[in-house]
Amino acid sequence: MCLKMKKMADFKVICNRQLAHDTFLMTLSGKVDFHPIPGQFVNIKINGCYLRRPISICDFNDHSINLIYKVVGQGTKILSEANPGTKFNLLCGLGNGFQPHLASGRIVLVGGGVGAAPLYNLARELKARNANFCAVLGWRSADQVFYAEEFADLCKTYIATDDGKIGERGYVTDILKNSSYDYYFACGPYQMLKGVHSLGKAGQISLEERMGCGFGACMGCSCRTAQGSKRICVDGPVFFDDEVIFK
Amino acid sequence: MNRLATNLSGWQLENPVIAASGTFGFGHEFASWYDINVLGSISLKGTTKKPRFGNQTPRIAECRQGMLNAIGLQNPGVGVVISTEIPKLRETFKKKIIANVAGATVEEYLQVAECFDQVAEVALLEINLSCPNVKEGGLAFGSSAESVANICKELKKTVKKPVYIKLSPNVTDIVEIATAAEAAGADGLVLANTLLGMVVDTSSGKPIVSCGIAGFSGPAIKPVALAIVYRVFPKVKIPIIGVGGIANAADVIEFMSVGATAVQVGTQNLIDPLACHNIITELPAKMDQYGIEKLSDIVGRSHRC
Repeated sequence: MCLKMKKMADFKVICNRQLAHDTFLMTLSGKVDFHPIPGQFVNIKINGCYLRRPISICDFNDHSINLIYKVVGQGTKILSEANPGTKFNLLCGLGNGFQPHLASGRIVLVGGGVGAAPLYNLARELKARNANFCAVLGWRSADQVFYAEEFADLCKTYIATDDGKIGERGYVTDILKNSSYDYYFACGPYQMLKGVHSLGKAGQISLEERMGCGFGACMGCSCRTAQGSKRICVDGPVFFDDEVIFK
Repeated sequence: MNRLATNLSGWQLENPVIAASGTFGFGHEFASWYDINVLGSISLKGTTKKPRFGNQTPRIAECRQGMLNAIGLQNPGVGVVISTEIPKLRETFKKKIIANVAGATVEEYLQVAECFDQVAEVALLEINLSCPNVKEGGLAFGSSAESVANICKELKKTVKKPVYIKLSPNVTDIVEIATAAEAAGADGLVLANTLLGMVVDTSSGKPIVSCGIAGFSGPAIKPVALAIVYRVFPKVKIPIIGVGGIANAADVIEFMSVGATAVQVGTQNLIDPLACHNIITELPAKMDQYGIEKLSDIVGRSHRC
């Protein structure tokens, strides 16, 4: 039984450093009494932006959370420039995370780009469960790769880059096609998720969409699923493979 | 004496703060943030006869001090709202609610309104003649005095609960439409829905929201909404619910000053789920600061200055 707790709280930046091209790791200190489940996200209020920015939790302990984010626009640009000591207001405990207890057999974590971030927390949890798992992570280019060693400390880790400068040249799906696995957890760009889904194994998929609120009020992030329309922020972001309908 | 009390067509509200339709889901999403019984009331998500998925995503974009949305009236249909959503809301919210009625034809508006007219929890019907995000109905009905008057007359023949018309600001003369609604029997007005707007991706030139043009809301539109309430108030006798960009207790005082009997808080709920709670909590101190004994005393005072 997973505890589902939402809360609003101020967190303080302890560390905010660049990990890779346009990719940053921010450590925020605050009371982490909301039991983050891998795949859940926080929604951050950024001064100068009206809407909050939803960012998945990469890692946490009792008094801090780590967020890995990519600078894609004005909000994440401001975030990347925040100095230690800066306070941010967070909505915490949002979304339904991954459910590792439902996975069995040989498990693979499939991450694309910044989508690898929430899988790190999941890898820690799978390790604690003594699960049989590996990671297949893909990036567009070698300069975007992050956390390769951190993942490798937890499990066998395969990397694919478009330019082949790190790991294998190609896509994560190229690696998956030559692998034998029973279950997957995936987070990454839409086309990657579609490709992983098309390989037909059972698994859980984390989707993303532009959100208004992040907690189910505005219906801005709805998607069609096999069980009707669902809100990515509260019914997801993690869905089962047989729920998701790819365009 | 309750200093915050207000009254809409005989319905006594503990305070004038109502959560606006479309920004509060079917209410229960907020029950995990605070005790929603502090609210004056809740206006439910716009409801049509049959379920609607709404528009393609992206449905949301941001702009300075506001946002754009093109949800497209996603809702599970009036049957499910009455059988499932209202009973679920009832578990956490004990006050009466406002049903937001939407449709693509006059007949659909009437059918949805008739369904809600039978529901004990519903205090009044808010007729959405102003949704900018659907091809048929919505704004198309709210754009002319004749069609607004026609739908008001038909509704008043059919339903018993008070009928409040939610109008669009995207019209040539909102005073003409508001007075036509009153003449046709409307019991109140909700002023106003979102403005038309858009946000464009600088690098590609493509609109960010899938529909291109969308509904613009948030603090940026407050001056527009205030001016609408200010213009309509002296021309009608029916109560006005003011809505548009309200983010704090001072905004509530301003809307009531220009003529609102109650207010709706919308977009602010999305970025601060505690917005309504905090506004209600802050109101008494804000009233003290400005020497206001009772909120109902200040309705329309801008016109007496």
